[in-house]
Amino acid sequence: MSVDTSTVKKIASLARIAITEEDAARLAPELGNILHWIEQLGEVDTAGVEPMTAVIPNSLRLRDDVVNADPLTGGGIRDALMTNAPQAEHGFFTVPKVIE
Amino acid sequence: MTELTDLGIAAIRDGVRAGDFSAREVAEAFNARVAGAKALNAFLVETPDHALAAADAADRARAAGEAPKPLAGVPIGMKDLFCTAGVPTTAASHILEGFTPTYESTVSQNLWDAGAGMLGKLNMDQFAMGSSNETSAFGNVISPWRRSDGGNAPLAPGGSSGGSSSAVSARLCPGATGTDTGGSIRQPAAFTGISGIKPTYGRCSRWGTIAFASSLDQAGPMARDVRDCAIMLEAMAGFDPKDATSLQLDVPRWEAGLSSDLKGKRVGIPKEYRVDGMPAAIETLWQQGVDWLRDAGAEIVEVSLPHTKYALPAYYIIAPAEASSNLARYDGVRYGQRDLPEGAGLQDMYAATRADGFGAEVKRRIMIGTYVLSAGFYDAYYTQAQKVRALIARDFEQAFERCDVLLAPTAPSAAFALGEKSADPIAMYLNDVFTVPSSLAGLPAMSVPGGLDAAGLPLGLQIIGRPLDEQGVLDAGLAIEERAGFAARPEAWW
Repeated sequence: MSVDTSTVKKIASLARIAITEEDAARLAPELGNILHWIEQLGEVDTAGVEPMTAVIPNSLRLRDDVVNADPLTGGGIRDALMTNAPQAEHGFFTVPKVIE
Repeated sequence: MTELTDLGIAAIRDGVRAGDFSAREVAEAFNARVAGAKALNAFLVETPDHALAAADAADRARAAGEAPKPLAGVPIGMKDLFCTAGVPTTAASHILEGFTPTYESTVSQNLWDAGAGMLGKLNMDQFAMGSSNETSAFGNVISPWRRSDGGNAPLAPGGSSGGSSSAVSARLCPGATGTDTGGSIRQPAAFTGISGIKPTYGRCSRWGTIAFASSLDQAGPMARDVRDCAIMLEAMAGFDPKDATSLQLDVPRWEAGLSSDLKGKRVGIPKEYRVDGMPAAIETLWQQGVDWLRDAGAEIVEVSLPHTKYALPAYYIIAPAEASSNLARYDGVRYGQRDLPEGAGLQDMYAATRADGFGAEVKRRIMIGTYVLSAGFYDAYYTQAQKVRALIARDFEQAFERCDVLLAPTAPSAAFALGEKSADPIAMYLNDVFTVPSSLAGLPAMSVPGGLDAAGLPLGLQIIGRPLDEQGVLDAGLAIEERAGFAARPEAWW
């Protein structure tokens, strides 16, 4: 699989990573080589094989339907959540204006 | 008298209990050792006060006649992938610079509850993506080992838990946490002549551990010997309702159960692990390992894992796919770095923040992951990789019908020099050829040191076990350890 620079730019845009023309030119053969290498999986006969999504059979649990079943992952910790925000005001995360 | 920093976890625990020395003396000795080893760049943050506080608590409890906690008086190193309340945590990435968690990961909390103290946060490959510790945003970790040819080429400590492996082998800490997604505990342990075990997926909670590839990530201990690994793993493991994939099982008493008598056990030798170009020293060590296990009473059988060659390419679809999803959270809004160019809108802010914050390897993997998950390619790449993963797991299941554990080398080479493989991503990925298959199958696996190659560098042997059979893995590891008599250690040059 060869990857061209316009594909690289499209992937970068989907991944929300800004790249320059030089980055795209450098990444195109690099990603192409890796994708070419992983394409050998195509030769494996997987007819009738179910895709594996969990390695250990483990049924998902339901927690009790109560508020703050676990205080660490429950609510009421707004200030703790905000302490690492690059920018926060009045208890909100702030970002550049989105609506023109 | 032996220096305190030469002691392992069991010896420290027992010595503190017996009153041979105080926990404070131990913590002070290791703190000094850490402070004197800056040249290794193993620590990102030093936390001598944390270690001293835990030590003083251990000494007070002993003076008061309280029953000792399992790790009372033992200071450890904490990989920087684990969130530690009040202590900066970056996963060795610029994008998390300045992030100080307000909460504690379950694994680290379990260790503190067991009485351990923290010497500091250990450097690593950025977001645990790498096999040489060259992707850290805060500089390479240097292995304390050097080739015996007189050359002083700085060597890779392995990755991604390279700060952990470097620190344990240099005696900066008696044990350290690691995490293993495709070999990140076992390969660095092999490169530095120490032991490390990745337990069955789900044994250790992932809560508060910065996510790389969630279906693979698993924490485990790295220490000087098998017993120390067993002790530390008992403290780290356990059911955690905050992790949906945490196994609701009691933690076995692995240390008490240790036995190197392998009578009645069968050890499988996977023939597909004999890869072209494997160095003779590794081939020889593998055969030596077979002989050691036979001497311990085990029967040796050859087994086949036919899909082995597809494990790495499957891994390099699944892990980047999960990473691209997991790392979407680093957007400059809620934590970490933000890059807001003049006049930029929200989308520009995301793209600039991520371009600046992530290192080259992390971006490479996010982009591979984004590509294989994108419309039109999803089934050909991601679904096919998940099917191959099922076949790899089935290979192991079938092999375990004929044997109890598998024996293989840990890595296809001894430690390489920094910079030697960093130009070619695929050459670097191939380092994990023996560790990735068992990660994909979620199996417990460990590396123990077996010997040295011609250049005087350590080589590791790997034991892979059935799901939940950490005991079988540790026992076989102990049988090798007792027979290998590995006593080599790096000479202090730092």
